[in-house]
This record gives sequence, C-alpha cells and structure tokens, in this order.
Amino acid sequence: MGIRFILMVNKQGQTRLAQYYEWLTLEERRALEGEIVRKCLARNEQQCSFVEHRNYKIVYRRYASLFFLVGVDNDENELAILEFIHLLVETMDRHFGNVCELDIMFHLEKAHFMLEEMVMNGSIVETSKANILSPIQLMDKAS
Amino acid sequence: MGSQGGFYQSKEFLDLVKSIGEARSKAEEDRIVLNEIETLKRRISEPDIPKRKMKEYIIRLVYIEMLGHDASFGYIHAVKMTHDDSLLVKRTGYLAVTLFLNEDHDLIILIVNTIQKDLKSDNYLVVCAALNAVCKLINEETIPAVLPQVMELLAHPKEAVRKKAIMALHRFYQKSPSSVSHLVSNFRKRLCDNDPGVMGATLCPLFELIARDVNSYKDLVISFVSILKQVAERRLSKAYDYHQMPAPFIQIKLLKILALLGSGDKQASENMYTVVGDIFRKCDSSSNIGNAVLYECICCVSSIYPNPKLLESAADVISRFLKSDSHNLKYMGIDALGRLIKISPEIAEQHQLAVIDCLEDPDDTLKRKTFELLYKMTKSTNVEVIVDRMIDYMISINDNHYKTEIASRCVELAEQFAPSNQWFIQTMNRVFEHAGDLVNIKVAHNLMRLIAEGFGEDDDNADTKLRSSAVESYLRILGEPKLPSVFLQVICWVLGEYGTADGMFSASDITGKLCDVAEAYSNDETVKAYATTALMKIYAFEIAARRKVDMLPECQSLMEELLASHSTDLQQRAYELQAVIGLDAHAVACIMPSDASCEDIEVDRDLSFLNDYIQEAIEKGAQPYIPESERSGMLNISNFRNQDHHEASSHGLRFEAYELPKPAVQSRIPQTLIASTEIVPVPEPMYPRESYQTTMPSIPSDAGSAELKLRLEGVQKKWGRSTYTPATSTSNSTSQKTVNGTSQGDGASTVSSMRETYDSRKPQVEVSHEKQKLAASLFGGSSKTEKSPATGHKAAKASSHVVKSHVPKSSLEVASEKATPAQQPPDLLDLGEPTATSTALQLDPFKQLEGLLDATEVASAVNGAPAASRSPDIMALYADTAAGIHNKNDADLLSGLSNPSVTNMPGTTAMPQVTQSSSKGPNPKDSLEKDALVRQMGVNPSSQNPNLFKDLLG
Repeated sequence: MGIRFILMVNKQGQTRLAQYYEWLTLEERRALEGEIVRKCLARNEQQCSFVEHRNYKIVYRRYASLFFLVGVDNDENELAILEFIHLLVETMDRHFGNVCELDIMFHLEKAHFMLEEMVMNGSIVETSKANILSPIQLMDKAS
Repeated sequence: MGSQGGFYQSKEFLDLVKSIGEARSKAEEDRIVLNEIETLKRRISEPDIPKRKMKEYIIRLVYIEMLGHDASFGYIHAVKMTHDDSLLVKRTGYLAVTLFLNEDHDLIILIVNTIQKDLKSDNYLVVCAALNAVCKLINEETIPAVLPQVMELLAHPKEAVRKKAIMALHRFYQKSPSSVSHLVSNFRKRLCDNDPGVMGATLCPLFELIARDVNSYKDLVISFVSILKQVAERRLSKAYDYHQMPAPFIQIKLLKILALLGSGDKQASENMYTVVGDIFRKCDSSSNIGNAVLYECICCVSSIYPNPKLLESAADVISRFLKSDSHNLKYMGIDALGRLIKISPEIAEQHQLAVIDCLEDPDDTLKRKTFELLYKMTKSTNVEVIVDRMIDYMISINDNHYKTEIASRCVELAEQFAPSNQWFIQTMNRVFEHAGDLVNIKVAHNLMRLIAEGFGEDDDNADTKLRSSAVESYLRILGEPKLPSVFLQVICWVLGEYGTADGMFSASDITGKLCDVAEAYSNDETVKAYATTALMKIYAFEIAARRKVDMLPECQSLMEELLASHSTDLQQRAYELQAVIGLDAHAVACIMPSDASCEDIEVDRDLSFLNDYIQEAIEKGAQPYIPESERSGMLNISNFRNQDHHEASSHGLRFEAYELPKPAVQSRIPQTLIASTEIVPVPEPMYPRESYQTTMPSIPSDAGSAELKLRLEGVQKKWGRSTYTPATSTSNSTSQKTVNGTSQGDGASTVSSMRETYDSRKPQVEVSHEKQKLAASLFGGSSKTEKSPATGHKAAKASSHVVKSHVPKSSLEVASEKATPAQQPPDLLDLGEPTATSTALQLDPFKQLEGLLDATEVASAVNGAPAASRSPDIMALYADTAAGIHNKNDADLLSGLSNPSVTNMPGTTAMPQVTQSSSKGPNPKDSLEKDALVRQMGVNPSSQNPNLFKDLLG
C-alpha cells in the first residue's frame, strides 16, 4: 500500500486538502485528522519530521503556514516521502507560480488532479513534473 | 496565466473560500459550512444549472466533506457530472465521486456504465480520468465489467494511459488476486515499456507480487539490476531528475525489490553488488533525497546475502547519519543501525554514545526508534538495563497503542533473556501493574504457566522458591489500589495454586486476601471467578491435608452472595466450592490434587463412555443422532443467517483499519513467541480455560459449552479473517522475519568475541560518567567516544531546496517537454520485444490538442505566440498593481518572499520583485497577477489572515 493518506492542514489545524487511499468514514476521517494534526502541530522544528501513530507513520513538512502530512506504512522510506512532499510543492509551484495556501483553496480540484497523477493505489507512480502537469495544462486550454 | 484560464469561478465561490480561509476557529468554520449546506441543498436540485455552475457546486460539496460534514445529499449530482461531455467537468465529477464514495456504495453501479464508455473514448485524457476512477471505485464484483477494456488499454499508444492501465490492473490484483491471477504476466511485459514512467509505475505491482512470491521472479534479477544501473547512470530523461538525482524514486523502488529478491540468495545477491556499490559511491550525501537513496541502499545491503565491502559502505553512511545534527538523519541512522546489527553486530559498539543520546532525546519519535533498536540488540547481558528503561518509558507515556506494544516487548524480552526468576517475576509485576489492561490475556496465561512449570530446569527446589517469591510479592502488591484486572487474575490464580504450598502463609491469610480482592473489585466478574476458584483450591488442599477448615465469615458472606449471583458462571463456581467443602479428604484429593496444574487432562471427545447408553436407547427405538452437516434443510437457513451477519460485520470492521496494530509487531516477533506476545487484547467470550484445570463434575457442561463454541466457529472465523486482512499488506516483512530469527542467534554467539575486541580499546574520558555506565551496560563493553562536531549537512540541505526549474509558459514549451522522452528513447531493456511505437511518440502534440482546443486557441498555439498575445494583459495587470495598490497585503505577500527589507518600503514594491525573479524560478509577476485577479474578483485579502498569501516555498 505505501501511502495511506495525504493531508494539507494549516497552522490552525484546518484541513485544506485531504486524499485517502483507503476508505474511512467521515467520522473516522475527522477523528484521525484531529488526532494527528494535534500531534504534528505540537512538534518543533528541531524534532524529527516523522511521527509514529498507531501502526503507521506520519511524515510531515511545513511550508509557510501550511503543513503537508503523509501517512505511510511502517516499511516506507521516510526521507523519500519527505522529498515526495517537496516534489509535490515544487510541482504546484511550477503550475501556480509562487504557490500559496489560497491557490490550493481556490483550485482544490487542480491540486487533487496533480495528486491523482502522482499517486495511485497508494504508490508513487509519477515524479516527472512535466508528465504530472501536462494533462492539467491541456484541460486548462480546452475549457 | 495558465493557472487561471478556464477554471471559471464565481464571486460566490471565492467568497466562500475566503471566509473558510479566514475562519478563526473550528466553530466559526462549522457555522460557515452548515450555512453552505443549507444553500447548496436548495440550489443544487434546481433545474437547468449550467454545467460550470454545477462543477462549482460539486467542489463546494467537496469542501463540505473535507471539513468534516455530511454532503451525501449531493452525491447523486457528482455521479451525474461524470456523464458530462466536457473533460474538465467530467474529471471533476470523477474526482468528487472518488472522494465521496467507497467502492461498495450503492451509487457505484450508476458509474460503472459511464466508466465503460469513457474507457473507449478517443480522447486519452478521458480514458485517464476513467482509469483513475477505476482504481478507486471498482470492487471485486465489478472487476469483470471493466477488465477486458483495461487489458486493451495496456497497449494504448499513449504512455499516460498505459501507466494508468497498469495501475488499474494492480488495483484489481490488490482487491482480488484470483480474478487477475492469469494476467500478472502483463506486469513483466510492461517492465520493458519504452516509457520510463510506465516502467516506474510497473515496479509498484511487481514489488507486491515479489513480496508475496519471491521465487517466481528470480529470473528478473538481471533485468532489475540493469534498469537500476541505467537509472543511476542518468540514462533516463532529465524530467525524472529530482535535485540532481536521477529518478530517485524509481531507484528506491528498485532497491526495495532487489532487497526482496536477494534475501537469503547468494547467487542473486552477487548480481547486485556492483550496482549497489556504485550507488553508494555516486549518491549525493548532502541532499535529503541522496540520503533517502543511501538509506534504501543500507536496507538492501542488510537484506541481501552479506558482502563485506557493501557492509562497510553501509556502516560509513550510518555513522554519518548518526553524527548529523538533523534529527531526521539520526532517526534514519538508528533505523539503519537496527537493520545492520543483525548482520554485523560489532558496528553497534562504535555508535553507542550516539544511540544513548538519541535515547535521552526529548523527541519522542527518536526515542521510540531507539527503543526499537535496543529491542533488536537485547541479549542476556543487557536485558536488565534495557527492559528497565523500557518499562520506565512505558510508565511515562499515555499513548495506549504504543504502551501496549512496548509492554508486549518487555514481556517478550523478559521471557527470552531473564537472568533470574526473581527478576522475571518482578519485571512482570511492573509490566502488569502499569499496563495490565493493555497486555493480551495470553501474556497472563503464559506467566501463570511459567510459574507453574518452572523454568524448565529439573530443579524442583528453584521452582518452589520462584513460587514462594511470587506469592510473597503478590501479597504485598495486593495492598495497592486499583490493580488491572488481568494482573488480579494472575495473582488470584497463583495464590490459589501456591498460596499455602510452602507453609509460610496460612489458609486463612490467603483466603482473607482473596475475599478482599473479590470484594474490592466486585464489578469485575472475571476476577471474582478467579478468586472463587482460588478459594476452592485453598480449601481443597486444606481438606486433602486433613486440616480443619474454618471458613472466614467474610468468605461465607461472599459465597452467599455468589450463590445468588446473576452470573451463572459465578453461581456454578460457588456451588462447586460448597460441594467440595462437604467432601471427605480422599475424594477432594482426587478431584483437586495439589500442584497438578501442569498435568494433562484427558478429554474423551467422542464421548465413548456414552456408547452403551446410546446403544441401549436406540434398541429401545430412539432416533439415532444425525450429524449437523446432514441436517441440510436447517443448515441452509442458519447458514444464510450467518452469511448476513458476517457481511454486516465485515463491513463494520473493514472501515476500521486503523484499529489493527497487529501485523506490525507480529512481523518482528520470532514465530515461536507469537502466541505469547500478541498485543491486541482479544476479548475472550468465555472465561479462560485455565481455571478448570482440575477434574470436576463440571466437565460435561464444559464440553457442552465447547460444542456451542464450535457451532459459532464459522462466524468467529470470518470475523477473525477480516480483522487480519491487513496482514497481507505487510506480508513482505514476513520473509524477513525468519531472517531476523536466525541472525539474532548469530548475534548472540558473536557477543563474546565482540567484547574481547572492545576491551582492548582505550576509553577516552570525555562523556559524562553516567552515560558511559549506561553505554557499558547496554553494549557490554567500554564506551568509545565517537562524537564529533556536526558536519554541515544541514546548510547544504537547505540550499538545495532553492533550486528550481523554469516554468513553461507557452504551449510550445510544453510540447517540447512532452517530446523529450521521444527524442531520447531510453533503451531500458533489450530483453523485451520491440513494441516501440515511435510513430505514436512522435505524434504532433498540437494535433492531439486540436480535439481539446477551440479554433482560435489552436490558431494562436500554432503561431507559437500564445504568451505574446497575452503579455499585454499581464503587463497591464502588473503595471496596475505596481503603481496602484500598496497596502498591507503587498507587504505580507512580500514578506513571504523572504525579503525582510521590503516590508518597510511599500513604495518600491516593484524593484525587489524584479531582483527576486533572478533567484526564484517562477515568475514573480504571477503573485502580483494573482493578487490583482483576486482583487478583480472582488475578494480583497484582508489583513485577517495574511498567511493565506504566503508563498509555500518562500
């Protein structure tokens, strides 16, 4: 499975994007998000970017006011996931230009489309920014 | 400008997003969302909503669910939207559906048809959108509906489609391996795909397949090695580079696969040595991603057949990780160390102080990882220190999940390495006292068995001593308030069995204590049951020893209470106690022999002693017994009911995947110990059997209940299975499990030789005495000071993030980027048949765009000057913003651009921005543009939440 979920959450703990790769009910999502956001937001910058939670790990990274949290299985390479987050941000940055929290909020579906290109079935399938963005650019043009 | 084009947004939507963005509290956010739900409920079912408006409504629904509220009223509209002709609207519909519905939702049936249609579309982007949905929405029953089409798409001329088709097939395999078992060879074929993206994606299913069945894929070792070699030699398109590393994510996946294939296979491993060694050398150790690949190399090296040179490289990297200032690297270092010490235990020695630093670090994550390492390197010489530390830590944390895990580890280590019985009992007491309710009941049963059987030596004297000390400590502990139920059960059992055995305590002492327990924990029936049975044993032993039995008054009142108990179990125990007390010494000695808990009880499962009776009855004309399986009519009905029950229950369980901590720990436990260390407290429907060890008249009823249990077994098993489902996902680690087991043994055998070498080393006194002492007790040798000042990884790492590439603005650039893979045909493998559809790859990208673009835009694209045609626009905006508004927002925006001086001079906004553009890839105009656009839409970013505008990468 690898990646279980990807969350973007701001400093106040408000969810900005949530994508789950295994089904959880609304209540479970709410509980989970509350729990892990509390856990991760309480940590300082010197501490590890990894947190063990139940039987999986959360790898998180902060950009300005936004936290990117990725829940992964225990045998996943944490550093690689950390860099995967950065790749995602770079990709969004290439598309939006100086991407900020508001870009993701206004273009929630696009942020999701990028994730759809990058991750399938909880595995990283695409890491070339050009390949990730080309369908989105084509759609932009078409509509 | 591309970011805004086409994605129409109304003021209403922008206002909503803005208000959500600026909500100060969860309550405020909830209010906004509830309001929004009311609005949408009214509006969404209005007739003739334009589809763009509808798309926006659907995204608003996504917001509602994302923020934790129910949007099910709008699901059907999302489903409808997938029928739309417009690609963007359709894809948004699919996205919403995948976010809203799980694969078993009733509405899915309405989508399958659309998916089927879309999979046949001429527009490859439509096909891709449908394949995305396939991956999320198709369940076991609907696989056949789309499988043939997905199989066709594996040969689609577009690489993006092939990639997604592979992943769809992967999904089918995950959902139902049997339904696609005849098709797995396709994964092998796609490994030879000309497109690196498709090849990279194929590694995901292959990894899972190999994890399940290594031996069927040994032939691919050469192929994987050659792919890895080519990736490492930068033969892949530059587009896959990340921070100057060639396709690191593909390298990592390949290393994971090689680790599986080379595990315990010398021949396969030998093929890998060169390429892994090359990667060790080539990897840029100053970047995070380089270190991620290096870490994966260590994992690989410690999994495959050992090679001294590679192990040396791995050890070097580990020591660099551990010496780093970055906690992340330390964490990786500790983890890697845990992997490597299985093969070369001596390397732990040089890092002992780093390990202790991590153990004492306030960062919980690091601490836990270190405990995991300690757990792996525990042996009989250091078990006391390690378990002691673990228990201290266990007491200090609140997280029940981890508490359970660490408790079961303590138990496991104590059982495995206990230096003395005394210590063992004490340790177990501490574990039970502080985490008793979290440990599996089996651990308690194990402890009882250990006390009963002794430690395997034939020294009866030692066993007796062990029991006496246990009894003594339990009598002391009973004085403490609020003991966990499981612990009390152990205590009651031990007191009943051995309380009076050594003659130190009298029967009235023990029975008094037992009555106190039953009274103090009067709502815990299990404890009461244990206490009652213990009382019965004490009295039985007294009677058998022909001593006079005086029942204490409190005991008598307890019995009276239990005789009238609502619990039939307690009632029965009380009646049995009464009956036993009335018997003579000889009878009691027969049914309750002293210290016989280890004797086997023979149970006649066929009930053959009843044969005569049955024969007699049949002769008298009674109906013979018909086995349940033959009573078919009735069976069917009950089966159906079971089925229903099962389905409902499995639904209930499957959603709770997070509640299952089982596989993670199990995989680390040597097989033989699994029984004793399962950490999930499985609620047992009945009282544990142990309490019935003595042959009692209750046996028939016991057998009856066992039969009852048998009939339930079908149901329970199904429950059980669904609980265990995630185990398959971690099955790849089971292959390592055996390795762990064997090599741990190796580790222990090398201990002595290890210590000799350490002693010869001279300790440099630099670290605190206490730490050294700890190190010595942990590592069994003198400590060597290995600490060194931090190497500047951190700074280097930070700078590497700044590197960014240029944003393609015109469609021409996009096209050229798209064409790059075609210009550089990466001959990844020559073993595959040449399926190269070069014509397809060289298709004119504009031609493909034609279907999507409207006439005017195509014209401008062909002219190759879309950017130019728009540039006046941008300039206008740019000028407008630069000249016009310089309010607080601009300052906020700029502060995000990491130029603190700018904030003080709002009048010169344009200047610093220009300088910024040279250092930062994306055009800074964009931010101004964006700001202007937002303003145009009427959404003025107020100063309430400036964070919304902060560049993420700033």
